[in-house]
Amino acid sequence: MSKNHWTVFFFLLLFVVACKKDSPVVTEIERFLGFEKPVNFPVPVYNFEANPVTKSGFELGRALFYEPRLSRNNTVSCGSCHIQSAAFTQHGHDVSHGIDDRLGTRNSPPIMNLAWNKAFMWGGGVYDLDLQPIVPITTHEEMDENLENVLSKIRLLPKYTRLFKAAFGTEEVSTARFMKALSQFMLMCISSNSKYDKVMRKEANATFTADEQAGYMLFKAKCASCHVEPLFTDGSFRNNGLAKSPINDQGLYTATLKETDRYKFKVPSLRNLQYTAPFMHDGRFLTLAGVLDHYNLEVQQTTNLDLALQAGGKLGIALTETDKTTITAFLATLNDQEFINNKLLSEQ
Amino acid sequence: MIKNIKLTYLFIFYMGTLLISGCSKKEDPTPEFAASNLAPFSVEFDNIVGERTFSLNNSTSLYTNAAGEKFSISMLQYFISNIKVTTADGKEYAVPQNSSYFLIKGADKATRFAKVKVPEGDYTKLTFTLGVDSLRSTMGIDHRTGILDPASGGDHESGGMYWGWNAGYIFFKFEGNSAVVSDDINGDPTGKKQFKYHIGGFGGYSAPTINNIKVITVDLTTAGVAKVRKDRQSNVHMFVNVMKVFNGTNGFKIAEHPNVMFSDYSVNIAKNLTELFKHDHTEN
Ligand code: HEC
Ligand code: HEC
Repeated sequence: MSKNHWTVFFFLLLFVVACKKDSPVVTEIERFLGFEKPVNFPVPVYNFEANPVTKSGFELGRALFYEPRLSRNNTVSCGSCHIQSAAFTQHGHDVSHGIDDRLGTRNSPPIMNLAWNKAFMWGGGVYDLDLQPIVPITTHEEMDENLENVLSKIRLLPKYTRLFKAAFGTEEVSTARFMKALSQFMLMCISSNSKYDKVMRKEANATFTADEQAGYMLFKAKCASCHVEPLFTDGSFRNNGLAKSPINDQGLYTATLKETDRYKFKVPSLRNLQYTAPFMHDGRFLTLAGVLDHYNLEVQQTTNLDLALQAGGKLGIALTETDKTTITAFLATLNDQEFINNKLLSEQ
Repeated sequence: MIKNIKLTYLFIFYMGTLLISGCSKKEDPTPEFAASNLAPFSVEFDNIVGERTFSLNNSTSLYTNAAGEKFSISMLQYFISNIKVTTADGKEYAVPQNSSYFLIKGADKATRFAKVKVPEGDYTKLTFTLGVDSLRSTMGIDHRTGILDPASGGDHESGGMYWGWNAGYIFFKFEGNSAVVSDDINGDPTGKKQFKYHIGGFGGYSAPTINNIKVITVDLTTAGVAKVRKDRQSNVHMFVNVMKVFNGTNGFKIAEHPNVMFSDYSVNIAKNLTELFKHDHTEN
């Protein structure tokens, strides 16, 4: 009994101390700043005028993101496949693992810096973040639910009545409000505090080590034509020479039916690779070393292979062992601890 | 009963003729065309199948297409949008977009009318879109309400018309069963002998992709000019012959194409869709 009391007291104490330490975060929550563009980032693509991020809208979105009622049998939430500690990917799963243990065909991409995204999904087809959540909710291997049912389930819960009212003025639960709230949460998933960012913003005297700097130079020469700074993607769809997958996933072609789009996939960001393995649209490489081996030696001449990967008639990007070490060191500067630990973005 | 109605119509018609001949033409003048002088107008989409009426789940009395394949229909739904009317002297009126989207459902007779308001006038031409125009197909979630709400209609089995993965609408959804459908993956692996035609494709957001939006223009002069007046309901009665899906210019066999959704072949079927609509008469 008394031991228990002491434990509680101890934890309370800890909590107080922790609160003190966290006080900047606490005040930040209090004066919610909405969406703020990191100074080293370009102008976002998302139309914030039609959906300004507010504190209550964001909070509603966060609740929905972690709400298992979005799936048919109330077991799977968005957060099941987009896990914060894995930079909002499904770490350890090559392809997504959804409802009733059904497997998808693609690797869960991070929910990260989506305000700068022009197109969604590995193979495109969705061009507006507000319309994106319809896909997982209605996909058989993901949440296998229909939107009408989801909205009906949400309407029955007093918690949401309150949250919708706070966010939008009335209790009405409509498709538009539901989508906009989810977008508000996802838009706030900004990763912009890696070492790289701090070096670029010249914060607190942050500098690259010699290896990181050498890796940065190599990266700019060999990778940055597709993985463009500071988002580390140009948002385009390209074929980076992966061997055809057993299911022959043709990427962008499925959405456009254009010959020139066969085997093109969205260039992914390279931020937070430490947390997001496995890699590529089908999660075929378990490690970064595997990816570098691919670029160095395994690039295949498949339909629409990007010209950057067959320059001078040679396939791939030549990388020496030292190159690999320095590039790896540079890529590690893109890991953002603050992002994966940001309490604002966690399930509450 | 029917006979009586027919007689009544005859009588009204007779009286009407009397009236018209009795009075000078000035009694029903074509009103001055003014965009603000709105009156009710409707287009009726009356589904038929060749020479027969349309019925769902007609498994006891199958339809037969030109290739001799027997089939039943389990689902028919299509979007009609962007209604526009034109007078003989070329005055045009386009119904404001927000009130110009209709989902015609074979299973719900009440949905067969596209009811709008247009200025009083005599119209010789009707134009509408089969599908959802590309502008609306790229609009934000705020502009997708009512039948355009991606949540409306539920999932694809229960009649949803939104393609999440392709951010567009299915314009024309036609499903049914036929013994000619194979049981393998090219047909219906569940063994239910189902065929499915989900025709959509608005041309793409950023880069051009297949565009199956069809704008249909109907000349009303032969089967009846629409005389739109405030004191009545002018209704253009169209027959929509879904048999033309199979028997149109790009005729095809169900056995050869039992499932057509977002694929190059859908373009051929979409061409047939323009041949579905025939103006039968106008009720003024
Ligand atoms: C079963 C796992 C799973 C669930 C549950 C899930 N997702 Fe995803 N998500 C994925 C996969 C896999 C992809 C990539 C799909 C593709 O490219 O075809 C993806 C892609 C996305 C993208 C596109 C990211 C980009 O960079 O293009 C967003 C945004 C997203 N999901 C949000 C959500 C939201 C919101 C929910 C909840 C409504 C959700 N996801 C539920 C697995 C899942
Ligand atoms: C021609 C454009 C191009 C170039 C050059 C290029 N990449 Fe990529 N990269 C891509 C594309 C496209 C993908 C996604 C391919 C897929 O999944 O099908 C990708 C995927 C990756 C991934 C997987 C990321 C993830 O989250 O799954 C890593 C890591 C990567 N590239 C690193 C590099 C490095 C390092 C270089 C330079 C040595 C490089 N890339 C050069 C286009 C390129």
